Amino acid sequence: MSADESQLSPHHLPSGGAVRGQRGSRTLGTSLRRAGLALLPLLRRLATMVVALFGASVLVFVVLNVLPGSPAEVILGTQATPRAVQQLTAQLGLNKPLINQYLDWMGNLVRGNFGVSYISHQSIGSQIGQALTVTGPLVLFALLIGLLIGLPLGLAGALRNGRVSGSLIGAMSQVGMAVPSVVAGLLLIVVLTVKLHIFPTSGFPGWSDPWQALRALVLPSFSLGVVEGAIMSRYVRASILEQLRSDYLRTARSKGLRVGQALRRHGFRNAAIPLVTVVGLELASLVVGAIVVENVFSLPGLGLLLLDSVNNRDLITVQDIAMLVATTVLVLNLLVDLSYRLLDPRLKGTA
Amino acid sequence: MLPSGARPGEIEVDDGFGDVEHHGRWLHNPSVVIGGGIVALVVLSGIVSIFWTPYDPLAVNPSHALAAPSMSHWLGTDEYGRDEFSRLMASSQIALFVGALSVLIATAVGIPAGLLAAAREGAISQVILRLTDILYGFPALLAAVVLAAAFGASKMTVVLAIGIAYIPVFIRVTRSNALVVLNSEYVLAARAYGRRTFAILRRHVVPNIATTIIAQMSLLFSLAILAEAALDFLGLGTVAPTASWGTMLASSQDYLGSDALLTVWPSLAIVACVLGFSLLGDGISELREARRRS
Repeated sequence: MSADESQLSPHHLPSGGAVRGQRGSRTLGTSLRRAGLALLPLLRRLATMVVALFGASVLVFVVLNVLPGSPAEVILGTQATPRAVQQLTAQLGLNKPLINQYLDWMGNLVRGNFGVSYISHQSIGSQIGQALTVTGPLVLFALLIGLLIGLPLGLAGALRNGRVSGSLIGAMSQVGMAVPSVVAGLLLIVVLTVKLHIFPTSGFPGWSDPWQALRALVLPSFSLGVVEGAIMSRYVRASILEQLRSDYLRTARSKGLRVGQALRRHGFRNAAIPLVTVVGLELASLVVGAIVVENVFSLPGLGLLLLDSVNNRDLITVQDIAMLVATTVLVLNLLVDLSYRLLDPRLKGTA
Repeated sequence: MLPSGARPGEIEVDDGFGDVEHHGRWLHNPSVVIGGGIVALVVLSGIVSIFWTPYDPLAVNPSHALAAPSMSHWLGTDEYGRDEFSRLMASSQIALFVGALSVLIATAVGIPAGLLAAAREGAISQVILRLTDILYGFPALLAAVVLAAAFGASKMTVVLAIGIAYIPVFIRVTRSNALVVLNSEYVLAARAYGRRTFAILRRHVVPNIATTIIAQMSLLFSLAILAEAALDFLGLGTVAPTASWGTMLASSQDYLGSDALLTVWPSLAIVACVLGFSLLGDGISELREARRRS
């Protein structure tokens, strides 16, 4: 535990006896203090995330704006006269000092205004919104598939620990973890699309036809989800094994419960705590993984938009999407931290 | 309980007797043997390919384009008639280069910063941890995209992105493991004896956490190869004619219907290489665990 956390431990608070006064006000004071005790760590954690977000935005902005050469030159091409370049630079507000450009960008972003792309002249916000209707479902389906594979596989691996079948499951998940989603995607295309013609190869028909849209998302979700399932099964196995070896489970079994019963009554709830953490962190890695998979299947999601923007040197869009992804990852980290404390009463109030 | 924000598996407790040697155990651990074997094979093919490959990996030969595997071309040829086997071999150079250099960056920054954060509680530790919070927002892939957008895609942006993205991991692993050692009784004794913090770090902390760190390095190596393959596939890393597993996958995309083997070979190479490094890392952890219990 680090120093800042230990300061919040109950030892540093005035003891109840220190509060003297009328009965009513004492209870109020105590309950207020109790509420504060629960809220303080939360506020502190929120504050550190805001600082991290600010740092991340500065990092993104600086990296994408340090190089000389104005976007106006890129937009107008090599034939442009210096005068035209100058005019467009002024029009885009790129002649302002960098700090003002940063503040403009950030101020708009905080208000939910993503700006307009130099290149496509479209609202970046609506482009991102459109892309999220693809990336969102993709990530959720992949998570679902990952859980559907990871939970049973991990449970089986834990229950058969030490047997050949258990080792086999372990080896399977180890190999699965080594498969990049690109490879999973390409191999699924080869087998299910090219050879068996079951699924469309690539592209997305849009949600106007939900059935076709879902069909287009099946293979991408599986390429992300299968690998995710392999990773999750390792955590599930480790978590359940830990419960199986615990004293309370031995007690439960000694009073006559079978392994399954004991796990169902006592084990799963405890095993779930670390798993919530893993699901949160894996959700973040799925968001990033979607960038790759969308490019394998040419799905018009956030990843494809990001890559297209990089190739067109549409830096504002890159800046916006990078911030969006970074924010998502940081918020998920925060939620994981908080849920950990919420689920495990032993950690309550310890920040 | 876990220190703030620690991920599962990042914590290891040490009893201070980690230096007892158990020779021979290494060869009884299947993860170490299989993982080490694959890693040795990849390293060997990388080194050999510097001096010799069956064909020049860049030599175009249109009359032999898309040839099936045969005695002259063991794994066939690609759309330009380049020998697949030679290109696979040459690609391991890139994978090893990117892996080694990004691990070097992550450890060169992460380990000292982690030690510092452990030894100096308070302001310094807080600053370091808040900086890692920022970096956590940039997974390797996102960092690579941003760097490629700013400086143009190259092998070096990939190395830099992966290296920087994994600095926080090493800071946290180093710090949490170092804290355990620093809070142990024998370190208290060393302090009482008058040893300075730096000497304690060097004599007690570093030797005790070394195995954990090495296992972590091997795991990171495998993740770096995964990331590199994905980035090369996206066109954000190694540039076209140079052979790399990711670029080979990208160009094989046009031949999924006719020549699926072009996809299979680099896929196998990536999976084997990643598996090798992650098995080796797991094996080292297992051995350490076993040594601790004994």
